[in-house]
Amino acid sequence: MTTQALPSALAAIVDDFQALSEPERLQLLLEFSEGLPELPERLTNHPELLEQVVECQSPLFLTIETEKDGTAGTGTAVRLFFKAPAEAPTTRGFAGVLHEGLDGLSAAEILAVPDDMPELLGLTRAITPLRMRGMTAMLGRIKRKVAAASGASA
Amino acid sequence: MPYPVEQNEKFAAYAHPERLVSTEWLASALESGAVANGELVVVESDEDVLLYETGHIPGAVKIDWHTDLNDDVTRDYVDGAAFAELAASKGISRDTTVVIYGDKSNWWAAYALWVFTLFGHQDVRLLDGGRDKWIAEGRDLTRDKPAPATGDYPVVERDDAPIRAFKDDVLAHLGKPLIDVRSAEEYTGQRTHMPAYPEEGALRGGHIPTAASVPWARAAAEDGTFRSREELDAIYLGEAGLAAGDDVVAYCRIGERSSHTWFALKFLLGFESVRNYDGSWTEWGNAVRVPIVKGAERGSFPVAVGV
Repeated sequence: MTTQALPSALAAIVDDFQALSEPERLQLLLEFSEGLPELPERLTNHPELLEQVVECQSPLFLTIETEKDGTAGTGTAVRLFFKAPAEAPTTRGFAGVLHEGLDGLSAAEILAVPDDMPELLGLTRAITPLRMRGMTAMLGRIKRKVAAASGASA
Repeated sequence: MPYPVEQNEKFAAYAHPERLVSTEWLASALESGAVANGELVVVESDEDVLLYETGHIPGAVKIDWHTDLNDDVTRDYVDGAAFAELAASKGISRDTTVVIYGDKSNWWAAYALWVFTLFGHQDVRLLDGGRDKWIAEGRDLTRDKPAPATGDYPVVERDDAPIRAFKDDVLAHLGKPLIDVRSAEEYTGQRTHMPAYPEEGALRGGHIPTAASVPWARAAAEDGTFRSREELDAIYLGEAGLAAGDDVVAYCRIGERSSHTWFALKFLLGFESVRNYDGSWTEWGNAVRVPIVKGAERGSFPVAVGV
């Protein structure tokens, strides 16, 4: 698998990770954890709208919304929302990568992302395969929700 | 050289008060320069591999339970050579006083302390209350990573037998006290993993026959510190029915939560023979023909065949 198969924002993130040494990759993941946007108020007040990814070691909740007049150009834009505690920077970091890499894309673009994309970040050894499973599960959950939402509107 | 032991009323009631330090004690040790000059090495050990990077106690080094202490091929801990290299790189020599702290009431810190003990490291202590108490008290944190002078650590062969039980040891132990430190749902067999944690693939649910259920966190108070001697006695001697001099095995899912209970039984209550079964439920729940009890009752041993 190469980064050519990925949407451009995600490909750029993967390239950034791959250009770094292992300790620097961890530092970059920490920066992503700090860059994860807060939930908008309408979701903070309605935690039941978020779905928990139980495969993550720490509590991680996510949901998606679709925007009819999105910026994707090629149809409906999918917006991603994540919630994870500050005490779980690894989980937040994964969420930050997926947010920056996928937020605002079309359903088709998100569904085309390979399931094993997290492996491309080169973090498996530094983080351990056990922890990487959480990120793979997060991507899987997003794709399932996107598929369900686009199927329903089709 | 061992660093002086903390004296206070709470710790004095424990069997081995030298195994704990308070946040006040550590703060004054930091002020005195004992960490900066390498007399005392402070180690942070957390569940999340990046939590240390978000801010840690000034001068503290990081040891990750998974990437540093587990062998990356065999399901086992690192060997003597790898441990010596790890310790030395963190500024730890064989006679260094090490204080370990971490998140979640020192759950992972106790696990790291247990692995240090497998290698016979003499002076290793826990910071009572761990990371959360330090932060709650508004004490200093930093993102600066120390670059400690390399320690002098010999290659020591790991001595598992006194504090580590394998599956066959547990089978031979049946009939003597066992403490299951998992959640009630895991104990009864309703589920095979922690609520909200990854499914790690145990084929069967339940507990080892006769094991008493004492979830690990009961040993910790609200602020993450260990409960008092009196409270711990009431839980483990009273409710769980342990008696002085018992030979005890503790287990959980992979041996981390039970390290916390192992610490409480061994060093706070003074049980001489306490072993942690690190294979725990991820091994027992998959092993062929080992006896299992489902439900809230402890069950009996020997187990009646065919029941």
